[in-house]
Amino acid sequence: MAATLPPPRLLPSGDSAVTVEFSRTIDDDANQRVLALDKALAASPIEGITETVPTYRSLLVHYDPGKIGFDALGDKLIPIAIQPPPPVTKARRWRIPVAYGGEHGIDLEDVAKALNTTPDDIVARHAGGDYKVAMIGFTPGWSYLSGLDKSLHMSRRQSPRLLTPAGTISIGGVQAGIQCLAAPSGWHLLGRTPVRTYQLHRNPTFLTEPGDRVTFFAIDHKTFDEMDRAAEAGEIVAEQVNA
Amino acid sequence: MSRLVVASIGPASSVQDGGRHGAQRYGLTVSGAMDRLSLAAANTLVGNEPFAAAVEIGPFGAAFTARDGAVRVAISGAPRNADIAGSPVATDTSVTLKDGETLTLGFARGGAFTYLAIEGAIKGEMVFGSLAVNARAGLGSPYPRPLQAGDEFSVDAASGAPELRIELPKPVSGPIRVVLGPQDDEFDDANKALFLDSEWKISATSDRMGYRLEGPAIKHLHGHNIVSDGTVNGSIQVPGNGAPIALMMDRGTSGGYPKIATIITADVGRLAQTSAGTAFRFKAVSMAEAQDEARKFAQAIKTLPDRLRASDTVELNIEALSDANVAGYAVSAVDAGTWQVTAEP
Repeated sequence: MAATLPPPRLLPSGDSAVTVEFSRTIDDDANQRVLALDKALAASPIEGITETVPTYRSLLVHYDPGKIGFDALGDKLIPIAIQPPPPVTKARRWRIPVAYGGEHGIDLEDVAKALNTTPDDIVARHAGGDYKVAMIGFTPGWSYLSGLDKSLHMSRRQSPRLLTPAGTISIGGVQAGIQCLAAPSGWHLLGRTPVRTYQLHRNPTFLTEPGDRVTFFAIDHKTFDEMDRAAEAGEIVAEQVNA
Repeated sequence: MSRLVVASIGPASSVQDGGRHGAQRYGLTVSGAMDRLSLAAANTLVGNEPFAAAVEIGPFGAAFTARDGAVRVAISGAPRNADIAGSPVATDTSVTLKDGETLTLGFARGGAFTYLAIEGAIKGEMVFGSLAVNARAGLGSPYPRPLQAGDEFSVDAASGAPELRIELPKPVSGPIRVVLGPQDDEFDDANKALFLDSEWKISATSDRMGYRLEGPAIKHLHGHNIVSDGTVNGSIQVPGNGAPIALMMDRGTSGGYPKIATIITADVGRLAQTSAGTAFRFKAVSMAEAQDEARKFAQAIKTLPDRLRASDTVELNIEALSDANVAGYAVSAVDAGTWQVTAEP
């Protein structure tokens, strides 16, 4: 049997949830353990757990204190959480089309200037990346990606924008993102995708899952418009590759 | 089928139920009633499941008219004047509106949210098991937005069942109870003490997403940026300006500010019903106590049907009367069921 890993911290989040924290920072190994614990709990549910929410570094476990108490739940979670995560064999991969720059990516030029390079180079670096959906949060379908090229790490905007468009593809700090609904954001907007990661009357309603791999490819603005109409009508428009 | 027409309604009023669970992992906000006990009480009065969809009425007035038949409804939550054609309707009672009659509700007097439950419940298209309005995500049914005058609900014709009142458990008073964490270690002892020992007020800019708290600035040990992690109803996060925000039902599913404490389940509705500007305090309790209170709260909701009484029987609730008098409220000694609606000094 493989050696076990250090136990996560169990942080109380009120009387009906516990944050199982593997790291305080963005850390791919920790995210791997978060997703592995999430999967293990889905495969062998613990009585009393009502919902789990994976994030970069922790798994938020909602539970019913009428069914299980904080200590008893912790005693059951820790032995699972210290197991080394199994190697990821088959991750689903999404190829996401992006119309970069112009009205769809109003920060592309400024980002290029700030990093002393050209907009084309920024697009190449962003689209050339191999990303993983580390978590989904904030608003429906908002997919936080790890794997952003180090040369694109830059701090968020001084003043967040109150409204950024649906489908925004952006970067902020060490993270990249696919935003589904129009929302406030302090990230740098590089482009827009016609892909809806959340669409109510479509099957599936949610396209991306934590753990999915993501790559981007550039499309021109005319293609964006065509794909956007198809997506509005319920087409997925992202390409799925089973890697 | 009858119809219940919204004749008039103020802002911050929407259809709410027990909320949308199971998809927080996709960023889907839970939503649901700000005061679950009051939602459950109103529903219980008209024979619905406790967390069936009902109208959550914000602090301003509202009026509802029955059309195409009679409609049986009940109100619970923040006390306010209510009448049908001038004859008063008590909070925590059911009442049947005859075809064409209008139930008129005044401003909330203390608290914020009153629940109007309709016999047979509000009907609509469920998404993730809920009709709750989440305006930001365009979710909710029959209207995916706050209610407006002219909206209407297709509802069951009134059953003709005898009217009921409900004797709710004695309201809890005193501080809002919290469990420290999950990120209380992002604050030093002095700032934790400042949070627990200070008097707070709810800012007027609060909404269903979060209640902003006015009081001393709480300082972080290591700055205000943490890596985003999950939130719950009642998470108290402290952003860069040091002014805590209690996250409520329309919260984002994750957040990147340190959370100093979490309001216990039994007290989230109490905070929701604290009016802007009213001073209150927090008190830290142990996990064991918080979970005990959560179980009692769940049990109180489950046993609400045992608290139903025929609306024409009056039992003097001496304890409640005495509390109300001590609080300086004039109360009617013969109308124990309505003592809390006559909250005039």
